[in-house]
Amino acid sequence: MELDAKIPEGPLEDKWSFYKAHAKLVNPANRKKLPVIVIGTGLSGASAAASLAEQGYPVQSFCFQDSARRAHSVAAQGGVNAAKNYQNDGDSVFRMFYDTLKGGDFRAREANVYRLAECSLSLIDQAVAQGVPFAREYGGYLSNRSFGGVQVSRTFYARGQTGQQLLLGAYQSLMRQVELGKVALYARHEMLDLVLIDGKAKGIIARNLDTGNIERYAAEAVVIATGGFGKIYYLSTLAMGCNGSAIWRAHKKGALMACPSWTQIHPTCLPQAGDYQSKLTLMSESLRNDGRIWVPKLADEKRAANDIPEEERDYYLERRYPSFGNLAPRDISSRAAKERIDAGFGVGAKQNAVYLDFSRAIKEQGMEKVKEKYGNLFSMYKKITADDAYAAPMKISPAAHFSMGGLWVDYELMTTIPGLFAVGEANFADHGANRLGANSLLQACVDGYFILPYTIANYLAGELKGEKATVNHPQFEIAEKQVNEQLNRLLAIRGTKTADHFHKELGKMLYDKCGLSRSAGGLNAAITGIQQLRKDFYTQLIVPGTAGEINAELEKAGRVADYLEIAELMCHDALSREESCGAHFREEYQTAEGEALRNDEEFCYVSAWEWTGADQPPVLHPEPLVFEFINLSVRSYT
Amino acid sequence: MKIHLKIWRQKDVLAEGQLVDYDLDEVDQHMSFLEMMDTLNEQLILKGEFPVEFDHDCREGICGACGMMINGQAHGPVAGLTACQLHMREFEDGATIYVEPFRARAFPVKRDLKIDRSAFDRIIRSGGFISANTGQPAEANTLLITHEDAESAFDSAACIGCGACVATCKNSSAALFTSAKISHLAKMPQGKKEAAKRVLTMVARMDAEGFGHCSNTEACEVKCPQGISVLNIARMNWEHTKAALLKD
Repeated sequence: MELDAKIPEGPLEDKWSFYKAHAKLVNPANRKKLPVIVIGTGLSGASAAASLAEQGYPVQSFCFQDSARRAHSVAAQGGVNAAKNYQNDGDSVFRMFYDTLKGGDFRAREANVYRLAECSLSLIDQAVAQGVPFAREYGGYLSNRSFGGVQVSRTFYARGQTGQQLLLGAYQSLMRQVELGKVALYARHEMLDLVLIDGKAKGIIARNLDTGNIERYAAEAVVIATGGFGKIYYLSTLAMGCNGSAIWRAHKKGALMACPSWTQIHPTCLPQAGDYQSKLTLMSESLRNDGRIWVPKLADEKRAANDIPEEERDYYLERRYPSFGNLAPRDISSRAAKERIDAGFGVGAKQNAVYLDFSRAIKEQGMEKVKEKYGNLFSMYKKITADDAYAAPMKISPAAHFSMGGLWVDYELMTTIPGLFAVGEANFADHGANRLGANSLLQACVDGYFILPYTIANYLAGELKGEKATVNHPQFEIAEKQVNEQLNRLLAIRGTKTADHFHKELGKMLYDKCGLSRSAGGLNAAITGIQQLRKDFYTQLIVPGTAGEINAELEKAGRVADYLEIAELMCHDALSREESCGAHFREEYQTAEGEALRNDEEFCYVSAWEWTGADQPPVLHPEPLVFEFINLSVRSYT
Repeated sequence: MKIHLKIWRQKDVLAEGQLVDYDLDEVDQHMSFLEMMDTLNEQLILKGEFPVEFDHDCREGICGACGMMINGQAHGPVAGLTACQLHMREFEDGATIYVEPFRARAFPVKRDLKIDRSAFDRIIRSGGFISANTGQPAEANTLLITHEDAESAFDSAACIGCGACVATCKNSSAALFTSAKISHLAKMPQGKKEAAKRVLTMVARMDAEGFGHCSNTEACEVKCPQGISVLNIARMNWEHTKAALLKD
């Protein structure tokens, strides 16, 4: 299989304009003949669904939550990047492009990343028009702050709830289209299979989570906007319902998965306190603007943080990365924390955390200023831990957060299945091997508002002629039967262990062997372990109740079944990449200083994986990354 | 710690529900309330019983999915929290805890503690937006909004749509929810163009969904996890009166 990224010819800054000027259009009268399905109502899904409906395509929108407003984009705290250069501090589209590409350790396409930076400008305009209450200066102009991995202030924010406010903007636009009858919204519906007719994506099978009914939906194109699958680690910053099932069902129908093992482990989360724990709450990266990270210089330190004198504290990020200091990128910060924790310098009851200290910021800026900037985060910290972070440093720890990997898409955001598109975190596209802070909201919005509406038209124009898909097609029959068989299979096991039990086991194994650092030995052991766990799952699982009722356990079991397959692919992906880049750190490939050692001669490609059947090894299709406009450099933040 | 639970169980929307007793012996005080519920459900499943269905997702207080009456209070005894942020350290060892769904005519119980809050979505649909199609907007900094106005709009916009206000109100009024959206958009210049139409359609839809009237007890503000102010309701009433008077 030859992968064609379909990157337009021409200079970097003209590629997207060139594409838009030459893409096929669908005339307004014909758009109503071309229904589109969008799975997921987070930022990418809601923005895509609303924008397509505005243009006149009939849209069917699906989410598993009880309201479109609850998709997990809602939880993003810190902000959204845009190269507006409002601060006059040297920002530009090119600078943002370069920061993002470098942040991703040069493992993304130049053309995609440039387009992301270019479209960032319009996004802020769009969000403001929708009524997103971004932070403002006293004179009324938009305010910015800094985020990790960059040296300019280009992050727009709405206190610590930027994701919520951007999502509400997209949700409200979506609901406006629902009221106008342009979008049919199916909340509490989970996509359980993709339906192909003549090799093209033409519909889905979904389960109505309130009735248990299995339902068929047909369309001329399907958009997957279901976010990331970091919840595969069980303990993560994601919502409990976040899952990889839509992606995975599409993968098994022929869509390639790209770099699935590239998972961002976020450095500033709350540490695990007990085995009962269901999630690790993220504390916004914006805290690193003013917070200083340290551990005691003495291993197994027993004194309280405030009793440890200044000279006995190791500000290890400032020490190792003096020019970026506490704002070093996420992969580097997380790895540095793990290094200190593993070496015995961790703090807290389980010695699994590092300190994030605001005492200097409070001294220099005053309590009021710190409260204004971070008050909601400090109060969130107190709610969860019962500790006052104004009085003593926070304890933080790395946790699984974002999937850089996902469905392989070309420049048009189309997967290897014609008519199947993937947007937002669900795809692999712009972030390379590590995502910069405040670029995820951006990518989700840009994909949905500004890219997909052009590229999907280019595809749909070719679908005008010919028979339209209907749910009576035999392919729907076959897919529906398979979905029912899988549900019944899970229910029939009647074993002695819950879906959560298997999920936790899988999560532990994956975090240990395919998390912050990986090795050939560990990954091979994990593959064997996952295969065994999958066998146990299908013989020992217990799911109560039936498929014909509200049954959260059945939903979970289906997602865990998919995780047990995704996890194995992640390990194969990590094993085959014999280099370290971004979040992918192979212990065998590091510099003398312990930094990631990239191998551009052999691994300057995107790993796209093909499903070849249950219990068969996946097949790798590399997509070479060609750099025409920048030189690959060693990613240095020192 | 040990706790004794009395949880509302109801098989479906038409079934009659009842409080059922459960005992948990090994509850860690650092568990969140929902992790305690997970622990209970794990035990129920292994005993061959059907676990307690409840809404939850982000578990960090922002998605608005979780919501239950805990000892008669929406989201439990601590102000400013959602149920997922409530921790067991707030309860005494040996405590009896009553857990029930949010109750309102407009929020039918689907199963156990899971409720149907789609009425909130229908209120937003009716006008809780600014009509700005993708691609139309002008450069963002051409619209100046003072720091104070932006912060005030944010205070209203912070609503998470959990429904605690409705569950707490003796009239099951959705005035706090509806007014928060009306105020958020009316406080910003880009929202003013549609303000009159918006307040009329949203209030009409709110009434049609079967929510009760606001009688200004202000209990909703006390139990709102986001601290949404009842002043939003006053603004909604003002906007509504103004719009109704000037309609023709």
